[in-house]
Amino acid sequence: MKVGLFIPCYVEQFYPKAAIATLELLEKAGVEVAYPLKQTCCGQPMANSGYEEFGQGASDLFRENFAEFDYVVCPSGSCTLHAKEHILSNKEGEPKLYELCEFLTDVIQIKELKSRFPYKVGLHASCHGLRGLGLARPSELMVPDFNKPLHLLEMVEDIDLVHLARKDECCGFGGTFAVFEEAISVQMGKDRIQDHQEQGVAVITGADMSCLMHLEGLLRRDKSPIKVMHIAEILNGQEPELKNQ
Amino acid sequence: MKPAPTHAAAAEEFLKDSERSHWHDETLWHVRSKRDVSAQKIPEWEQLRTLASQIKDHVLSNLDTLLLQFEKNAQANGIEVLWAKDAAEHNEHVLRILEENQVRQLVKSKSILTEECGLNHFLEDKGYDVVDTDLGERIIQFNKQVPSHIVMPAIHLKKSEIGDIFHKHLGTEAGSDDPQYLTEAARQHLRQKFIQAHAAITGVNFGIAETGGFVVCTNEGNADMGTHLADIHIACMGIEKLIPRAADLGVYLRLLARSATGQSITNYTSHFHRPRKDKKMYLILVDNGRTKQLGREDFRNSLKCIRCGACMNTCPIYRRSSGFSYNSTVPGPIGSILSPGMDLSKHSTLPFASTLCGSCSDVCPVKINIHEQLYKWRQVITKEGPPQASKKWAMRFGGQVMSKPRLFDLMGKMARKSLSISPRGFVYNSFNAWGKHRELPEVPKETFKDWYRKNRNDDK
Repeated sequence: MKVGLFIPCYVEQFYPKAAIATLELLEKAGVEVAYPLKQTCCGQPMANSGYEEFGQGASDLFRENFAEFDYVVCPSGSCTLHAKEHILSNKEGEPKLYELCEFLTDVIQIKELKSRFPYKVGLHASCHGLRGLGLARPSELMVPDFNKPLHLLEMVEDIDLVHLARKDECCGFGGTFAVFEEAISVQMGKDRIQDHQEQGVAVITGADMSCLMHLEGLLRRDKSPIKVMHIAEILNGQEPELKNQ
Repeated sequence: MKPAPTHAAAAEEFLKDSERSHWHDETLWHVRSKRDVSAQKIPEWEQLRTLASQIKDHVLSNLDTLLLQFEKNAQANGIEVLWAKDAAEHNEHVLRILEENQVRQLVKSKSILTEECGLNHFLEDKGYDVVDTDLGERIIQFNKQVPSHIVMPAIHLKKSEIGDIFHKHLGTEAGSDDPQYLTEAARQHLRQKFIQAHAAITGVNFGIAETGGFVVCTNEGNADMGTHLADIHIACMGIEKLIPRAADLGVYLRLLARSATGQSITNYTSHFHRPRKDKKMYLILVDNGRTKQLGREDFRNSLKCIRCGACMNTCPIYRRSSGFSYNSTVPGPIGSILSPGMDLSKHSTLPFASTLCGSCSDVCPVKINIHEQLYKWRQVITKEGPPQASKKWAMRFGGQVMSKPRLFDLMGKMARKSLSISPRGFVYNSFNAWGKHRELPEVPKETFKDWYRKNRNDDK
């Protein structure tokens, strides 16, 4: 099984720790994984802004980069969903695309993790992973309950997971929405943070760094002690940077 | 004429009163929560949604023949059926009916279709006294507003504001906001109007092709009060409100109220089949852009909508920006996929008033893929809507950078460098919408690519 690692553009540039954790997590699970160096982006920012055609170059590059792999794994529900819907058409011979959590639970069916995280943690359910990829049961749907990211977090020793009042409300990031609908985006983010805050979390985690980048931007402006960490970092046993407050 | 404000501008304005926007969000979230509790009690909820969606698929694919069947059966029942290709024709039909029957005073029960057609203003200009009898609609009629929500038209108003409006228009005690007292005052006021009215206008929730009858759902019984007392009943119906058989009705009635408010059924579900002896019943079938929408493959499913309003209650943007920020008769997610079909230029910002979170599609009782249609409208708007030169340039540039790995690496390096050396005031300027209330991410020592080259790369 040859696995290609797709790291979203902004994660590659600004959140290398999330990418390293993803890589190490897969390696520890015994997966043969490589990162093609000529990768950039899935093209979602252009497409979601209404310019699908300008994302075409990125899509072609994506296809080229991962043609030789059996699987592509990506630590972002949103980018995975976009690539699934617009780049890889699930044809015979094409690599199968998975978001990190679902790859761990569904493909390699991981049973245990050797990591410990003795902190109070709130899980932010990012919408595209939640509703687009089906990483968990959305609160709207009346189907049996399941939650793949939560299932993984529960394998982490000493982790204290909180219950949120609104367990899957959008954080307001939404790509270029964060800029073009700035006021409402910010309000949505603040409301999400408040929910976590009321539960007394030390760390907000999730399977999409983009939502966490938005929340982190608000937290840091507010000089809040709450930190954000990609789920891969917690699953990989990274320590939060709770000092220097 | 000044162009309508963008959704973003209107939302920003609404958010300035943070106490009100927070209250609005909580109020509607409460309704969404009631919907969840109610839907949970139906083990076959998801099957019902699928069935409701499939029946509407059938309706939309056979609308031509079903409408004719409906017309034939309604006529056989003694209902006079009229067709209106647009809002103007609909309003003219109503006017002609009122004139022919020498009606001066009329009552209306809630109908979003007549809002869409601007019927009230049209008739008031002709000297008619039009009284909306739904409590929420009456409140906003007093207040000279339009509905901010299709099920709860006055949801944007607080109790105290309604107390003030009633004090001004109904002479209730100043400062009183006791709901029971205010409702009683409205009831006494509306009873007079019901008794005086010669004609009653209602909307239609479901038209049944097989029987030629139609169903109106209300919580206040005001449709019944109006139609039972008046000699003339005029029912206004969008052509997509059709269902094939009476047997299909149960599917929708079980979904409608639960999705809308969490009630198991609306307090009144009134079935109309034929006029009473010596009375008249008219049914106006309105197109007003619906067949055009039916012809748009990507957007035809929007016509499945049964107007429950669940997508508004669940939408994190609607809840925090209120219905008025959409500046369209049907606000919220469903309005954002219906309205561009009516006037692309006026409503060009609505499909962008979404994070594409998808909650609307999952809550929708007829499984309209609302968020996917929002995405598709965006693709249409950038081509056919008002030009946005700078956004287009930025996206084209972004696309080029993303298609060339070396350029991407270089641009990334430059951005990271300039972010780490620029003074704060230079980065956080007025053009940086991200940075108005948020910090940009901290620039790490190295990118993942740099790290990978150093630590893993042996063959590439």
